[in-house]
Amino acid sequence: MDIKVDVRESKGDTYVVDLNGEIDVYTSPKVKDAIGELIDKGHYNLVINLEKVRYIDSTGLGVLIGGLKRVREHGGTVNLVCTNPQIKKIFDITGLVKIFGIYDDENAAMQALV
Amino acid sequence: MPQSQGTLGVVELRIPSKAEWVAVARLAVAAVANRLNFSIEDIEDVKLAVAEACTNCIQHAEGSDQIQITCETGPEGLTVRVRDFGRGMRPESIQSSRTDEQHIGGLGVFLIRSLMDSVEYDVNPERGTNLVMTKKVAH
Repeated sequence: MDIKVDVRESKGDTYVVDLNGEIDVYTSPKVKDAIGELIDKGHYNLVINLEKVRYIDSTGLGVLIGGLKRVREHGGTVNLVCTNPQIKKIFDITGLVKIFGIYDDENAAMQALV
Repeated sequence: MPQSQGTLGVVELRIPSKAEWVAVARLAVAAVANRLNFSIEDIEDVKLAVAEACTNCIQHAEGSDQIQITCETGPEGLTVRVRDFGRGMRPESIQSSRTDEQHIGGLGVFLIRSLMDSVEYDVNPERGTNLVMTKKVAH
C-alpha cells in the first residue's frame, strides 16, 4: 500500500497536488510533506486531486485540514477534486464538506480559486 | 463464496502496533466481511472503522507493541474486537464527537461511531483498551 504524490504548477500561482493510492496513518506523512513544502515556498492556492485516491482515513483528513489552516493564514485556500462516492461520504459524515470546496473536476476546482 | 447464515466463524489476527501494518488489518477484515452479505459500501465502512481503531491503538496506547483483531461472523452481522495492551486511551478522546478543525484527533472515533451500528469501549489502565464494534447485515 502506498501513495503516489505528484505536484505540478498550473495557472497563475496555483499548484495541483495529484494523489494516487491510499492515504492512511502510514502514507499520510508523505502527503503532509508535499503540501507543507508548497506552503513553505509561499504557494497558498492549492488544488488537491483525490480522483485516484481509493481510501482515506482520519489521518489523511487531518493532513488536508492542516494544509487548509496554514494556507488560510495567508489568504489562500485548498480546493479538492473528488468523485469517489466512498471518499465523498467520509467528507459528508465528518462535516468537512462545509470546510473544503469539493469539485467533480479539476477545471471547476481551479476556477473556484480565482 | 458466502457462508451459511447460521454459521459462526471466528478469525483472529495480531499485528505489530506500527503504521505500516494497519493496511494488513483492514484488508483482512474486509476479506472476512466479504463472506457475509454486506454491500460494498458496508465493507468499506468496516474497513475504515477497523483502520481507525488500529490507528488509535498506535497513536494512544503507550507501551503496547501488538494489536489483536478478532472478527466474529454470525447471522446478524460482523463483530470486530480491536484490543491493545497499553495503558489505555484517554476517556476524552473516546467520547469525542467534535469534527471541527481544532479537534482532528477526535475524527477517528467519530468515524467509528458513525460507520458502525454499535461501538463499546472497555478502557483499563492495566489491561489496555478493548473496542468492540458491530456491523449488522441488512436483511
